[in-house]
Amino acid sequence: MLADKDRIFTNIYGWGDAGLKGAQARGDWDNTKAILARGHDDIVEEMKTSGLRGRGGAGFPTGLKWSFMPKEVGARPHYLVVNADESEPGTCKDRDIIRHEPHKLIEGCLVAGFAMRAHTAYIYIRGEFFNEGKVLQAAIDEAYDAGLLGKNAAGSGWDFDVYLQRGAGAYICGEETALIESLEGKKGQPRLKPPFPAGVGLYGCPTTVNNVESIAVAPTILRRGGAWFAGLGKENNTGTKLFCISGHVNKPCNVEEEMGIPLKELIEKHAGGVRGGWDNLLAIIPGGSSTPLMPKEVCETMTMDFDALREAGTGLGTAGIIVMDKSTDIVRAIARLSYFYKHESCGQCTPCREGTGWMWRMMDRMVRGEAEIHEIETLEQVTRQVEGHTICALGDAAAWPIQGLIKHFRPEIERRIMAHQAVTNAAE
Amino acid sequence: MPKLTVDGIEVDVEDGATVLQACEEAGAEIPRFCYHERLSIAGNCRMCLVDMERAPKPIASCAMPAGEGMVISTKSERVKKAREGVMEFLLVNHPLDCPICDQGGECDLQDQAMGYGHDASRYAENKRAVSEKYMGPLIKTVMTRCIHCTRCVRFSTEVAGVTDLGAIGRGENVEITTYLEKTIASELSANVIDLCPVGALTSRPYAFVARPWELIKVESIDVMDAMGANIRIDARGNQVMRVLPRLNEDINEEWISDKARYAIDGLRRQRLDKPYLRGKDGRLHPASWDDAFTAIAARLKKTKADKMAAIAGDQIDGEAMFALKSLFDKLGSPHMDCRQDGAKLSAKTRASYLFNTTIAGIDEADTILIIGSNPRIEAPVMNARIRRNYLHGRTPIAHLGTAADLTYPVEHLGDDISVLEQLAAGKHTFAKLMKKAKKPMVIIGMGALRRADGQAVMALMHQLAETTNMVNKDWNGFNVLHHAAARVAGLDMGFVPGKGGKDVAGILDGAAKGAIDFVWLLGADELDTSRLEQAFVVYQGHHGDKGAQCADVVLPGAAWAEKDGLYVNFEGRPQMARRAAFPPGDAREDWAIIRAFSERINKTLSFDNLAELREEMVAGVPVFANLDEVVPAKWGKFGKSGKLKGEPVEAGLATFYMTCAISRASETMAECYSATKADKSVMAAE
Amino acid sequence: MSIQTIIAEDQPDSFAFTRESEKEIKKAISKYPEGRQASAVKSLLYIAQKQNDNWIPVKAIEEIAKRLDMAEMRVLEVASFYSMFNLKPVGKYYLQACGTTPCMLRGSDDVMRCIKDKLDISSGETSACGKFSLLEVECLGACVNAPILQVNDDFYEDLDYQSTKALLEALEADAPPPVGSVAGRQGSEAEGGATTLKTAKRSKKKG
Repeated sequence: MLADKDRIFTNIYGWGDAGLKGAQARGDWDNTKAILARGHDDIVEEMKTSGLRGRGGAGFPTGLKWSFMPKEVGARPHYLVVNADESEPGTCKDRDIIRHEPHKLIEGCLVAGFAMRAHTAYIYIRGEFFNEGKVLQAAIDEAYDAGLLGKNAAGSGWDFDVYLQRGAGAYICGEETALIESLEGKKGQPRLKPPFPAGVGLYGCPTTVNNVESIAVAPTILRRGGAWFAGLGKENNTGTKLFCISGHVNKPCNVEEEMGIPLKELIEKHAGGVRGGWDNLLAIIPGGSSTPLMPKEVCETMTMDFDALREAGTGLGTAGIIVMDKSTDIVRAIARLSYFYKHESCGQCTPCREGTGWMWRMMDRMVRGEAEIHEIETLEQVTRQVEGHTICALGDAAAWPIQGLIKHFRPEIERRIMAHQAVTNAAE
Repeated sequence: MPKLTVDGIEVDVEDGATVLQACEEAGAEIPRFCYHERLSIAGNCRMCLVDMERAPKPIASCAMPAGEGMVISTKSERVKKAREGVMEFLLVNHPLDCPICDQGGECDLQDQAMGYGHDASRYAENKRAVSEKYMGPLIKTVMTRCIHCTRCVRFSTEVAGVTDLGAIGRGENVEITTYLEKTIASELSANVIDLCPVGALTSRPYAFVARPWELIKVESIDVMDAMGANIRIDARGNQVMRVLPRLNEDINEEWISDKARYAIDGLRRQRLDKPYLRGKDGRLHPASWDDAFTAIAARLKKTKADKMAAIAGDQIDGEAMFALKSLFDKLGSPHMDCRQDGAKLSAKTRASYLFNTTIAGIDEADTILIIGSNPRIEAPVMNARIRRNYLHGRTPIAHLGTAADLTYPVEHLGDDISVLEQLAAGKHTFAKLMKKAKKPMVIIGMGALRRADGQAVMALMHQLAETTNMVNKDWNGFNVLHHAAARVAGLDMGFVPGKGGKDVAGILDGAAKGAIDFVWLLGADELDTSRLEQAFVVYQGHHGDKGAQCADVVLPGAAWAEKDGLYVNFEGRPQMARRAAFPPGDAREDWAIIRAFSERINKTLSFDNLAELREEMVAGVPVFANLDEVVPAKWGKFGKSGKLKGEPVEAGLATFYMTCAISRASETMAECYSATKADKSVMAAE
Repeated sequence: MSIQTIIAEDQPDSFAFTRESEKEIKKAISKYPEGRQASAVKSLLYIAQKQNDNWIPVKAIEEIAKRLDMAEMRVLEVASFYSMFNLKPVGKYYLQACGTTPCMLRGSDDVMRCIKDKLDISSGETSACGKFSLLEVECLGACVNAPILQVNDDFYEDLDYQSTKALLEALEADAPPPVGSVAGRQGSEAEGGATTLKTAKRSKKKG
């Protein structure tokens, strides 16, 4: 178990003051000037050393991402955009950072923005986080008042502004280019790539979009050293991570743990174990709704890191762990996710717009067994027709949970179909 | 110049080309719905997926820039499956109502489903139904068929420059609509019908009228304005059924105006299908050709040549004008004019009445000054080029004349003619921009030239041209914007007053005062005909419009779609319009009427058929021989300095839809006119 | 989903921002570089919605378009794309019940059933008294405190049938209880106390 001294988010549960005073007491904003004094490239190198991989789901190395920004600022200013549009079902970690550790995020904006030669950061927060946004805005105002933001931010000689924009109810805005579109005042429809945001992003300027957690851990990494962070977790899966454990556990919670912690340990130590005991476990979605579920036997020895989960045909994603015990209507649980993706498809590209609706409708019938056996095959094929053919990853995200279901629970789907057929045959 | 390999074939493409273009270069056909060469790239239909070496998944070829060394496969099993998958998705919510769809037979979805579709549907759910959207009198919507390619939205926003169309909602509920279902306020709106790859947007006036395979297709030229848009006229039997654009990169690319497309129902109404004679009761009565000719001949016999005059209208083919001019030359009258509106244009220097920059040349202009014109309604497709130029380089554009929304931002210089003097003298702030510009361009419309001080306006414009980079060996930025299709050919052949001859104003004056006794109106309707009451008027034309109403003898002629005829567009480009149908009843081609009449009065013209006429005409005006080409006109002196008059500068045309005998007879144009009135005027001043 | 079905049938003839709103608008627009004022469109839609009893009339869309130099169509596109903009009136208490899987696993069905029992409304409906509207929404991002019911801007967490009933009764009496976990949890810590941060001080009580 991760030692408390290695935990970054020491106020994650909001026990202490989220404001500037409390934050400073916890070590935030401690000589930020010195961090910036190390220079843009040194900060990026330190982040690379830490091995931090993006906490928003894709797991792309953060330092490397920052290094994609142009080394010179031309006519177009650079922008840092923070993705606080946390909407992946099963995920609620950024919410806690925003409402309980806002200064970690704001300080992170300054160091990250400085590293990528940006003078402006926009934090795009999902609209539903109204109260969280109020806390964050208050913290931003405090930081301005204390000279930590604005002209000569934190005495660093670097001017830096942080602005908050509220989303308005659209999961797709968590996709970085959709988020940029939304920031610009348009519908949140993902852009075609290339060009990538580092070249052409917000207002056509070089832009990096990072997840809240990735930015919020940066100041601590820079203070304690990339090597410290890299010393935690596993190779290529370093550091600490906020895990969200929801669903059928005795004590659902968020907790910061080491990367690579065994899933079973995580659940039993921090979330009070599976409801009815570990043996009552049916399946787990390990990394937010888009990652394919794992049946109990896979969960037994699984560790929570990018590589191990990828090898098992699923993913760490956002580390939103959704636990399902044996009482779960597993087909309905996945069908509800299909509905989610149908509801959240932006409607721009064909496979997602048409495919998500089709998949949900088939899944909806499968819940009640109102289907033919061969339609399971059709459903599987439709997920393959969506996967990899869309503009953004929402199509994949909609396809994977169903593929996971069919892979591991096909007999259950078949059982329902046959049961339904038996009833209708009997009625005839 | 990146080099790529497509299906094993090496191709070089231009910098900035896409993979899709590279594939086409290599001869690989790429299916697509959303992609369109002239619109921004949306990449949303996903039909154009291809495989790229080392890419984990297929890429949208329309959106991927071609890169050096790319290895592309368009025929792999994965590509085939991807396209079949997309096609199936497009069809799951498509109604498959081809038998009752007007797009049938010319539908991209139908065609590509042949290549990538399944023979049966696996979709067992209810299909989506979408309510129809009102978009105006021209566009019929069946939105259930929409595949959300957004071509229509991109066209209207980017090319037409109006923001009425959009896509509301999200996911499978996305719907294309106009804002609160208003009419699309654009003169180019119906191009979205051609762009729509399915039957979601079809032609409302043409709904259920014909199937494409029943039609005879004739390549012709539009005469609703003077741009000479290349069109295809589709006819069934002897009826013109529809007009579609034809590709011509130098002129209209692939767009046409709504008037070009839809005024044609005017060809069926108020037609003159037999000769008429005004009786003692003061009313027109049907007559035979023989009676009509006899009446004219009798009158001519009593009239001195000096008291005869001829006026040619705005949509007359070159051949007819040439025939009438030949006749009047023979009769010995110098009183003829093709400038109905009184534009002070001289036929002497060709460069003084042409759009010398050419339409394609607009792309290169770096400063633009528009005077006395609303190009948006006088030449809408050309105006879209100006807009594109603006979008490309934020080109400074100034506008002197009645304020109007031209679809791009302009510096409005007001409507006071005296601003011209400041501009010409280099005193105005915009004149300074003109001076600095490498390729400045001025567009002068009839609003500035039909004025009494038109000659002085021309002189000032000449001065402006001479004191800027407007005219040099690589560039001619001096442009006159005509809206009358016949005008340039008329000027080219000298259908203007001869020595001592009267112009239109003189003829009308003369007719009112008795100096002119006999007036031959060749399709001329845009006149104050009340001033012709005392003269003997022959009206030769195709519609019972203003000209026919004041006539003593009516000679029924063919409309432009009913004859082969030469038109020279405002660039000075001669083009042939082709016959798509025959004139109704007893109506005849105009040149033939004049030729026949000449024989009756023993002034027989020297040509016996159209070929001979053309030979003579071309001998007189050699530039007519260069069909479809623009021969640069020699720069020279023009205009005559004088005092400017006080009246404000107007546009060449005040409204768009009903501007000639054909469009005034068109019910569709009338509907458009009232629809835009109802939706606040399209032309509402800013 | 034609335009007629997404916007309110009864539309006011005019719309004007209040002085309070004008101040917020100024602040919102000032966040963006010159010429990028369209970035503030969601902010202005929110401001209009807040000012107008939680829904946005067409006249407000047109006013916003004018303010931000945007086409009316573009503003309507945005207003119809995002699920939090109401183009039709909703009740004083706008109940947004999350029904996505993590909430479903923790009993969101019971929350919905309770609302149906108490108020006789289903998703998309407004109660006969006009005070409550219900919408089943997608993941609210508070999954470890599931199930969640959002009432206007506030989250009520860890609900079950009984606590939902109590909440609705409090709302009926216009006495909304404190927001957050109805089970008395502090934030997202495990029930009965967190397993980590043993040395951290608890300076704040729950809530």
